[in-house]
Amino acid sequence: MTRGKAGYWWYLLPGAVAFTAVVAVPFGANLYLSLTKWSGIGHPRWIGFDNYTRLLHDDVFWTSFRNTAAMVVAMVVVPTLIGLVLSATLFDVIGRRFGPKTASFLRATFYLPQVLPVVVAGILWGWLLRPDGAVNAVGKAIGLGQHDWLGDPKTALPMVMLVMIWVQIGYPVVIFMAALQRVDPDLYEAAEIDGAGWFRRFQAITLPQIRPETFVITLTCTIAALKVFGPIWALTRGGPNHATTVPSYFAYNAFFNKLQVGYGAAVATALTLVIVAVSIGFLKLQGRTES
Amino acid sequence: MTTLTLTRSRVARKDPDRYKQGTARWVVLALVVLTALLVLVPFAVMLMNAFKSPADYSGNGPLAWPKSFQLDGLKTYWQQVHFGGKLVNSIVISGSVAVLGVVLSLLNAYALGVGRVRGRMWIVALFLMANMIPQEALVYPLYSMAKSLGLYNSRLSVIIIFTVIQSAFGTYLLASVLGTFPKALLEAAALDGAGRWTTLWRVVVPTVRPTLSVLLIFFFIWTWNEFFIPLVMLIDNSTQTVPLALASLQGDRLMDATTTNAGALISLLPTVVFFLIFQRTLTRGVTVGAVK
Repeated sequence: MTRGKAGYWWYLLPGAVAFTAVVAVPFGANLYLSLTKWSGIGHPRWIGFDNYTRLLHDDVFWTSFRNTAAMVVAMVVVPTLIGLVLSATLFDVIGRRFGPKTASFLRATFYLPQVLPVVVAGILWGWLLRPDGAVNAVGKAIGLGQHDWLGDPKTALPMVMLVMIWVQIGYPVVIFMAALQRVDPDLYEAAEIDGAGWFRRFQAITLPQIRPETFVITLTCTIAALKVFGPIWALTRGGPNHATTVPSYFAYNAFFNKLQVGYGAAVATALTLVIVAVSIGFLKLQGRTES
Repeated sequence: MTTLTLTRSRVARKDPDRYKQGTARWVVLALVVLTALLVLVPFAVMLMNAFKSPADYSGNGPLAWPKSFQLDGLKTYWQQVHFGGKLVNSIVISGSVAVLGVVLSLLNAYALGVGRVRGRMWIVALFLMANMIPQEALVYPLYSMAKSLGLYNSRLSVIIIFTVIQSAFGTYLLASVLGTFPKALLEAAALDGAGRWTTLWRVVVPTVRPTLSVLLIFFFIWTWNEFFIPLVMLIDNSTQTVPLALASLQGDRLMDATTTNAGALISLLPTVVFFLIFQRTLTRGVTVGAVK
């Protein structure tokens, strides 16, 4: 009891050792590699910032970040908006008029795509969208022509976005529904007495009340969108002709297919910088709106 | 109750809210159910084609009802990818990561939240940063390290890596939970002569057990679904996991549509079963994660 706080440091020791070995040292090594030219065999050759200047002139690199913006739309913007509408409907209408059991059953349905390994989702959709897959069979049945949805550079990215919306939708639904339970029903009652309609109440009470959850969802989903890899690997491998490439796939490809380790490390570092910058921006924004 | 009903009827007269009328709520229900069905369509198509014979599939296409109930696709897939072994690998890897990750998070959070060691804000911020770093920025050095240590293509390498990565989040969450741990309990334990180690296991752990079990389930399912690092680290049947098994056959032209669907079905079954068992804990857990 009289011992000081120093004794607690021992509890951090295993964590400190593990983090140094698995995160800090590899991250530092990756930074170093990004300043070298290396094929993975022999010794890395120091080239300074050449990889980074090369990145700035690489069209594929810029395409990959443009596609990330598309992933943000598909994994953050659309799911959050749809999730908001669905959860409010489930909570306000379904839950109250048809019972909480119906509402939680529907919630579980929307959440289902979130549970499966995202690669399995990617492979399932890859088959559905194949030239001889189910989507084209539906198209044929209703008199539309065949289309290679993932093979056509024009439709590949929209299709990947569609799959990501399907995967993501359940996450905001579940969190928003929990958030809505937190909102004080007295607020609604007061507004109802004042004659505010459903939409007015939603706008004036619900949205401000669930702002913390909205921040968490948009932040975590944005980070997930910046990191997305599995679905791209399973659906398109970044193709056709880089139409769906994303930074993480771009880095993977440089590391393990093109054996340009230094260049891949530079892409990964750039991605890290973007993620950290976006997160700090988010947290600042959150701090400002809360104060 | 009475006041509520009173208010409602009064409002209904003043402001005819369309959701409160008899038929409108059925329309809303129909719309939501329709959306839910749209989400389920890919699963339904998969189920339909997983049990077809290849001849039935090529003859009648993906949308026809199966002519007979065939388990050939499932059998082919199971044998081709050695699914049994991969199931074991996934269970071993995810189970170890879940347990070790929670223990590591707990030790870190005990020092940060209860011990309040100096500079804890910075340490927590570091863990948060570690949680943000994309795996791409760690993967090549980890891959080289694993190769030089003889851990490449071993389940142990993936267990070590994910124990650390998951506990970055776990530390962050648990440190804030333990930061509000009731002082009275700690003081009572100290009066009883309990040391820090005993206090941790006899007082702290039983109190935060619900949070620990949520973390355990999260770590298990997150690790189960991981793809990128296992793809790089694990290259053969003896070590690969369930998601990798399905991915390894992708692009392989030998795999026909029925096998693909059967493969997708048995690959997602474990997670769906797991989800159904722990649905309550999980949805509560997502909430815990959100309010953190």
